[in-house]
Parts: sequence; C-alpha cells; structure tokens
Amino acid sequence: MSPPSFRLFQFAAPARFYGLAGALVPWCWAAFAALAAVGLWIGFFVAPTDATQGESYRIIFIHVPAAWMSMLLYLVMAFWAAIGWAFNARLASMTARAIAPTGAMFTFLALWTGAFWGKPTWGTWWVWDARLTSELILLFLYAGFLSIVSAIDDPRRADRAGALVAIVGSINVPIIYFSVRWWNTLHQGASVSLDAAPRMASMMLTAMLLMTLAFWAYAFAVVFTRTRAIVLERDRHAGWAREAVHATRTGGTPGMQT
Amino acid sequence: MSGPFAAVVARDLRLAARRRADALLPVAFFTVAISLFPLGVGPEPQTLRQIAPGVVWVAALLAAMLSVTQLYAGDLADGSLEQMLVAGGPGVLDKLGLVLAKAAAHWLLTGLPLVLVAPLFGLMFDMRPAAIVSLALTLLLGTPVLSLLGGLGAALTLGLRSGAALLILLIVPLCIPALIFGAGAVAAIDAGQSARGHYSLLGAFLIFAALIAPPATAAALRIATE
Repeated sequence: MSPPSFRLFQFAAPARFYGLAGALVPWCWAAFAALAAVGLWIGFFVAPTDATQGESYRIIFIHVPAAWMSMLLYLVMAFWAAIGWAFNARLASMTARAIAPTGAMFTFLALWTGAFWGKPTWGTWWVWDARLTSELILLFLYAGFLSIVSAIDDPRRADRAGALVAIVGSINVPIIYFSVRWWNTLHQGASVSLDAAPRMASMMLTAMLLMTLAFWAYAFAVVFTRTRAIVLERDRHAGWAREAVHATRTGGTPGMQT
Repeated sequence: MSGPFAAVVARDLRLAARRRADALLPVAFFTVAISLFPLGVGPEPQTLRQIAPGVVWVAALLAAMLSVTQLYAGDLADGSLEQMLVAGGPGVLDKLGLVLAKAAAHWLLTGLPLVLVAPLFGLMFDMRPAAIVSLALTLLLGTPVLSLLGGLGAALTLGLRSGAALLILLIVPLCIPALIFGAGAVAAIDAGQSARGHYSLLGAFLIFAALIAPPATAAALRIATE
C-alpha cells in the first residue's frame, strides 16, 4: 500500500469536502454530547457554590463559552469570507455563510444568558454597559452579513458583498469595544465589570473549559452540516451532487466521493 | 482641488439643483424627526436639554442614511456609473477619486445643511450657547463620516430590493463611534468638562473612515457592476 499523499487543498473541492464533512459530523456530535455532559455535570454538581453570588453564578458555564464563541466565530467567518473573495474559493465562501447563523445564535445565547445572570446579580435584565453594548452590536453585524447575503440573488455577488461586509465589520469590532469603554467611563455608574469577579476555583475553570470545547464541537457539527446543505444546493446540477442526494434518499450512507 | 474631482462634485450639485425638492428632503426629515421628541418625551426644559445632543445626532445619522441610498442609484440607472468606472487615462478620475467626489457631493448636499440647521434646534431644546457651538462642531466633524460610510452602504446595496432598510442595518453599527463621540462631546461641555478628547477621537475616526471607506466603496461598486 503506497503512503497516502497529502495535499493541502485536497478538500477544497466541494465534492470531496461533502464526503469528509459527512464522515466527521457524527463524531462532532458525539464529542459535543460527551463534553457537554461532563462539563454540565461538573458545573452544576461538583463545582462549589460561589461565596457572593450563590448558585446563580452557574450560568457562566453556558454564558462565557457562548460569548467567546460569538466573537471567535465572527473572526473565523470574516477570515473564510476573505479567503473566498481573494482566491475565488467557492468552498471558503460557503463555509463563511454556514458559520454566520451559528455565530449569531451564540451571540444571542450570550446576551440571553447574560440577562438571566444579570437579573439576580445586578438586579436588572440589561444595562448599557460596555460589554453588553458591544455584544449587541456584534449581533447587528451578524444580522447585516446574513441579510446582505440573502438579499442578493447571484451567489457570486452575494459572497463577495458579504465578504466585504464581514471584513469591514471585523475592523470595527475593536473600535466599538474601545469607544464604548471610553463612553462608559464618562458615564460612570452601573458598570459592574466581569473582571471584578472573584478568583475562580479550579473546578469552575475545568467546567468552563469543557463547555467551551463542547461548543466548539457543536459549532463544527452544525457548520459542517450547513455547509454540506449549501454545497448540495449550489452544485445541484453536478453529477456527484445528484448521486449523493439519491444515495441519501435510498437509505445508503454517502461515503467519500472521489 | 483637481479638475475632474471638481467636475464630478459640480455635476452632482447641478443635478440636485434641478430637483430642489429632493435635495431639501433630508433637512425636512431631520426637522420633523427632531420635532417628534419634545412631543413624545414631554416639554420639560431640563429633560430636553439633557437629551438634545443625542436626539440631534440620531436624527442626523438617520437623515444621512436615508438620503445616501440614492447616491449611486441614478448613475447606475442611466449607465453613467459604468462609464465613470471604466474610464481611464489622464484628466479622468480613478475609482477612489470618484468615490470621494460622490461622498463630498453628498456631504455638501446633506451634511452641511444639517450642520447649519442644528444650532436652531439647540435653541429650541434650550441648550446653552457653548453646548450649541460644540454640537455644530461635532456635526461638522462627524457628518463627513456619515457620508463616507453611507457611500459604502449605497454601493453595497446598489440595485437590491429593500436596499434602504438593508443599508441602515449594515452601516448604522459602523457609525456608532461617531454618534458616541459626537453626543459625548456636547454632554461633556454641558457638564463643564473639556471636550477636547472627544473632538480628537471624532477627528481620528474621520481620518480612519476617509482611509478605509473609499477603497471598500470602490470594491463594492466593482462587485455590484461586474
């Protein structure tokens, strides 16, 4: 058996990616289930109760990983969109498009869980604090990307316009972050910062990192699944896509198409 | 000012002069939008004085966004946009120059009138003279940002259904720093502090927008017309 030749861009071909992603999706789901189960178990049953916040602090095991993912996924989305635009790589553009809804979901999740945490801790669902406002603007940026991409019918033009929006938005993320911070220091008042949280017990940190890895696995699973759907939709006139759809309909598992 | 740049600006101004009612719409919108706030919030001078900078700035932002949708639409409809984009050679504007000239024309038609009208609303909202001067100054620094970034939105949404709403969704988040520093400077003056930091940041944001927006707008025009 000859040694397998590894080529960097082997899976940039939509047909090959479709097969590979299809093979990886169940593993991603399994990793998500295992990591989330262990992470939630440690977070809710093993980690000690917080001295000042009581039990309500436990929402950070969802909240903080979701907030991290929301920011990371925006940058990843902008990266792939830029690659797709610069090198005319169709798969990169499709991946960027597939990441956007998941990123927006995590942004919304971070805001929603933050509100749940803020009600017992701060006594309010929402404050116009630097972190909250910049996260809300991140949600708007995701919404802008999603709406421009869906408003343009021609996929090539949609991908490029979306890439431009994503890149300009990613430049703006730090600007928003800092400007709102300066704004907030001028308007002093109800600004309870997350930095002021008490030092974290190692069990809390473990649970948080496990949940972060679980969210990574979830993001991979969902993005792969969505990218496969977009690939099929775009390549619906190609022979391999018809065969793949046919194989799925007749109950067979579509393997690696080469 | 170079010849072709001035020619593009003068062309837009001449087109606006022939449709005067259209050119006055942004200022009319600005006026109506601001007038709603005392009716909605209540006429207490103390409250009005406090919300005035933010209200004027938000109204200016929306007036700029609503008027900028038509920046390239007319040129696209009659084919002159493609001609200007493909034209080259000496004495002809390149894409960056064209984008800058269009933004400059939009600012002269929309931003400058808002700067001139704003002090009037300062008086109606019972603002102090120093705060009114500061309001006009921040608008002078900030409205070019709105024209530059708005031009980017106009190029991105060129020829799309519901382009106006899409433009607001895309560009308003990018304009937030201008709103924060603009309204913040006036609030600082009102509180007896120095607004110098706000002016500097607003100026820096203007320079940043002038550097980033024209290449991005040129790229968006290429995407939209190819």
